[in-house]
Amino acid sequence: MNFMASKQPENSLLGLESDSQRTLYVTCLISIELGSSLDVRYPYVTGTSVVALKYKDGILMAADMGGSYGSTLRYKSVERMKPIGKHSLLGASGEISDFQEILRYLDELILYDNMWDDGNSLGPKEVHNYLTRVMYNRRNKFNPLWNSLVLGGVKNGQKYLGTVSMIGVNFEDNHVATGFGNHLARPVLRQEWHENLSFEDGVRLLEKCMRVLLYRDRSAVNKLQIAKITEDGVTISQPYSLKTYWEFSAFENPAQGAIGSW
Amino acid sequence: MPPFLVGKARVSLVFASFTMTKQQANWSPYDNNGGSCVAIAGADYCVIAADTRMSTGYNILTRDYSKICKLYIYQHQHNKQMSCPAMAQLLSNTLYYKRFFPYYSFNVLGGLDNEGKGCVFTYDAVGSYEKVGYSSQGSGSTLIMPFLDNQLKSPSPLLLPAQDAVTPLVEAEAIDLVKTVFASASERDIYTGDKLELVIVNAAGIRREYMELRKD
Repeated sequence: MNFMASKQPENSLLGLESDSQRTLYVTCLISIELGSSLDVRYPYVTGTSVVALKYKDGILMAADMGGSYGSTLRYKSVERMKPIGKHSLLGASGEISDFQEILRYLDELILYDNMWDDGNSLGPKEVHNYLTRVMYNRRNKFNPLWNSLVLGGVKNGQKYLGTVSMIGVNFEDNHVATGFGNHLARPVLRQEWHENLSFEDGVRLLEKCMRVLLYRDRSAVNKLQIAKITEDGVTISQPYSLKTYWEFSAFENPAQGAIGSW
Repeated sequence: MPPFLVGKARVSLVFASFTMTKQQANWSPYDNNGGSCVAIAGADYCVIAADTRMSTGYNILTRDYSKICKLYIYQHQHNKQMSCPAMAQLLSNTLYYKRFFPYYSFNVLGGLDNEGKGCVFTYDAVGSYEKVGYSSQGSGSTLIMPFLDNQLKSPSPLLLPAQDAVTPLVEAEAIDLVKTVFASASERDIYTGDKLELVIVNAAGIRREYMELRKD
C-alpha cells in the first residue's frame, strides 16, 4: 500500500480542490435545483420611502413614483400605493416585483372574500394580519419578499395604520414610514402630528416629510402621489411635484470661510 | 478535452480564475427590537411588567407596543383556565420545537398556580425554564436583575428541601419596586423607555396599570 502523501488531491471535482469549495459548489447546485430554500436574494428594482399618518377622517399616505435599478433611476411612473378591497390602502417600498407579487396574493384574498357574498368584507386589520403572516413565513424559509409595507384603512369608523417589514416585524401606530422615512420623516411627525388633523394640515405635514426626503434621500424623485382613505373609499391623487428651494446662501459658495479642505 | 470523472481521476477542465462564491446580501432573519420585562411572584398575587418601546438599531419604531399577552386557546379546548405550570411547559415546548431556528425571544411567564399563589417562570431563547420568585429578561435585565436580587434575595435552587421563592412583599410594595426598577433601567438602557405596562394578577382578577417612562 502506498501511504505516501500524494501531491494531487484525491478527489477533484471540476478542478475544485478543497472540501469546502466542493461543498459550496454542490450546495449551490442543490439550491438552484430546489429553487429557493437556501436562497436569500437581493433586490433589483426598488422603491424608496412610504410615509403615512392618521388624520381626522382616515389615513393619508404618500410615496414617490421612482423605481431605481441600483443607482440608476430606471422607472419614473411606478405606482407604489394601491387600494385593497373596499377598506384598505397598501403602500410598499423595496423590490417592485415582490410588491407586484404581494398584490397578486391580495387580489386572490379579496376575491375569495367577495365570493362568500355574505355582506362582510376584510378590513385593514385583517389584511395587515394576512400580510404579516405571509412576510414572516417567507422569512422563515430564508426567501423573503424584499419589501417594507404600509397598510392603512378605515372600517366602521375605526382608523387603522400598520406596517410590516421583510422579516415580519409588525406594529401599528398613528404615523409610520419605511426606509429613509424612518430616519427623516418620523422625527418631523413625532414633533408635529396630533389627533384630528384636518385634511389640509395632514397633506401639508406629509409634503413637509416628502420634501425633506427629496432633499436628503438620493433615491427619491420629485414626482409623488398622495393617497387618502376614508370611510367613503380610496382616492389616489394625480402625480405632482413639490416646490424646492436650492438657493440657500450657505450652499452657494460652500467653501467660503472654510479653513482647510472642509 | 479528456472526459471528466468524479473520484480519483484528476480533471483537466480549465476554469480561468473561477470563484464559486455566491453573492449573498448580508441578510439576517433576526432583528433586535429591544425592551425589558420583569415579573415578581407574591403570596397571593403576581406582577408582570414590560416597557412598550419597540426599536431597531438606533431607531425607535413605535412607543406604544404591548409585549404582554394572555392565552385563551387552552380554555377553548379544555374548558378550563390554563394553570401556570401547564402554560410554562407549553411555552418551553413551543420554544424548543424551533431549537434549530430559534424564536429569538427571551420570555418571562407569570401568573397564579392552582392554590392562588404567585408563580414566575423564566426562559432562555430555546425553552430552558425554571420556576423562580422573580425574574427579568431583555435588554435592561443586566441592570434590573442585580437590583431585584438585592431587594428580594432568592433562595438557591440547589437547596433541599426546596425553599419557597415567593417574596414576602405586599402587592403595593412589589408594584412600587417594579416601577422604580424600570425608571432606573430607562436611565441607562437606550432600548428601555417610553411607557411601562404592568399587569397584576390576583384572586380578584387581572388589572392593568400604566406609567410614563423617559422618552429619550
